Amino acid sequence: MEPIIIVRDLRKIYHVGEVDVHALRGVSLEVPKGEFVSIVGPSGSGKSTLFHIIGGLTSITSGQVVVDGQDLSQLTDSERTRLRRKKVGFVFQRYNLLPTLTALGNIEIARYFGGNTGPLDPEFREIIRLLGIEHRLHHKPRALSGGEQQRVAIARALVNRPAILLADEPTGNLDSENSEAVLGLLRDLNHGFGQTILMITHNPEAAAYADRILHMRDGRVVRES
Amino acid sequence: MINRLVIENLKHRKLRTTLSALSIGFQVTMILAVAGLSRGMLQDSMNRAKGVGADIWIKPPGASAISLSGASMPQSVLKYFRQVPHVRLATGTAVQPIGGISTITGIDYDEFVAMSGPFRFLEGGPFQSDDDVIIDQYYAEQQKLRTGDRVRILNHEWRVCGVVEPGKLARLFVRLRRLQELTGSEGKLNQAFLKLDDPRRTQEVVQYLKSQPELAGYSIYSIEEFLSLFSMNNVPGLKAFIYVIIGLSLIIGFLVVGLTMYTTVLERTREIGILKALGAGPMDIVGILVRETVMLAIAGWVAGILLSVGAHWLINTHVRANLQSEIAPDWWPIALAVSLAASLLGALYPGLRAARQDAIEALSYE
Ligand SMILES: Nc1ncnc2c1ncn2[C@@H]1O[C@H](COP(=O)(O)OP(=O)(O)O)[C@@H](O)[C@H]1O
Ligand SMILES: [Mg+2]
Repeated sequence: MEPIIIVRDLRKIYHVGEVDVHALRGVSLEVPKGEFVSIVGPSGSGKSTLFHIIGGLTSITSGQVVVDGQDLSQLTDSERTRLRRKKVGFVFQRYNLLPTLTALGNIEIARYFGGNTGPLDPEFREIIRLLGIEHRLHHKPRALSGGEQQRVAIARALVNRPAILLADEPTGNLDSENSEAVLGLLRDLNHGFGQTILMITHNPEAAAYADRILHMRDGRVVRES
Repeated sequence: MINRLVIENLKHRKLRTTLSALSIGFQVTMILAVAGLSRGMLQDSMNRAKGVGADIWIKPPGASAISLSGASMPQSVLKYFRQVPHVRLATGTAVQPIGGISTITGIDYDEFVAMSGPFRFLEGGPFQSDDDVIIDQYYAEQQKLRTGDRVRILNHEWRVCGVVEPGKLARLFVRLRRLQELTGSEGKLNQAFLKLDDPRRTQEVVQYLKSQPELAGYSIYSIEEFLSLFSMNNVPGLKAFIYVIIGLSLIIGFLVVGLTMYTTVLERTREIGILKALGAGPMDIVGILVRETVMLAIAGWVAGILLSVGAHWLINTHVRANLQSEIAPDWWPIALAVSLAASLLGALYPGLRAARQDAIEALSYE
């Protein structure tokens, strides 16, 4: 079967004023469907940039990225928006919940942009139960603990049943107990629902939850373990 | 779903939402108050004109139809009118401005009453001496005057002899002769009124009068014609004034909403980034801001209508001798259009800025 993510010699240059920042200098990787991959590396090594490109939030300078059969370099801005809606779910270090909406509101607005309406499907209800946030759905983010907020953010990222979940340091702001819970949940989602997951982390213990670990440095994948 | 987000966003910043809606509200009030005042004052003038009971109004050469002017005609012209066929009664008045938009009117009491029907006195009664003044209820209320009180008007001391129901030509009446003496215009009238034996002959008589060479230059109106002059188009400068008010409202609304939306967008950089990461396209972001703007405009419009009703009440209870206001519901849609236009224009730049904003910058720099 064709891998769900194919990246070939990907380069990304940011133009900041007069300066060119080479964030990615030729990244190549493949992720088969249903795999849980960790990406580790020092700050500034291009991990987030790689995620933003796979997630269609920013454009490619050169190289090829194919996500679930779609070649991103061929896409227009509005096609990239559509890709973001259907194929990827993002989880961030700072949770990034909309503060004015409740947990359920946050999930529903993602669902709205994904073009899904009607009642939540049973499988997603199962995910909510797994995440242990059923009783917190009607609270606003500021009434939730960090761990709860991150679990709501994971639910939000999964509501459109994306092909890939991209988690950028999802445990970076959590204490070890909550980190373990969130990491355990990601692994359960991966095992139970076959969810493809890419996770950026600084923490070797967190990385160990994945099937495979990619090490990045200076805009390149330098090692795999 | 988007509506929920929009409402929650507005609720989240209650003070700013309220203040922006209120400032839109004040512009709406401004427009509605000007419209209501123009209409109310024209309506009041019409009612008072009707109250004369004349079939034909005559203004001297050089006079403008509905505003005050110094042009006059000799009193002897009444005799001429009285011998015109079908004219049953003829009387004339002199009008003198007494400051602001108030005027005092000199009447021949018996002739005037014969034409318009008796005054309905709320207190006091007809003139007893040459220095008596009859005032209407609005003027009495506004100036806190009662029968027997003394007032100084035109540098002359008058005694209030009676307070009458409003609606008969003027608010202050004195004897014609006295007013002519005081203003040094003996034997002169500012307007004349005719009552016919049969009102159906009005057109006929108007045509006849217009064809008389002695009356060349005189303005001769049937009462219908005269009343039809009381429209916004005929008040010099009124239209332009209303346009200026609408223009100012547009500009202020544009600035207020522009500023509100601009700070909203700056402050919500991260939220806009989140929405984009969730799959919102630029048009979705613009759509959200437009909806917020439209809600602000509608809230402001409703507030403006309520405020204008309040202003109407204040005007009609406290200064109704000078100003009369009417509720003008047909202006509500115009006010809504103005507040929507101003708000949407104001939201344009912030909206485009938000749509173009880079999602990553908002999300990745913690
Ligand atoms: N939006 C951006 N504009 C300009 N430079 C950026 C932007 N995002 C990241 N960079 C730069 O690209 C490099 C890689 O950053 P990033 O992908 O965030 O690395 P990591 O997530 O591994 O810390 C850094 O030098 C960073 O400063
Ligand atoms: Mg990063």
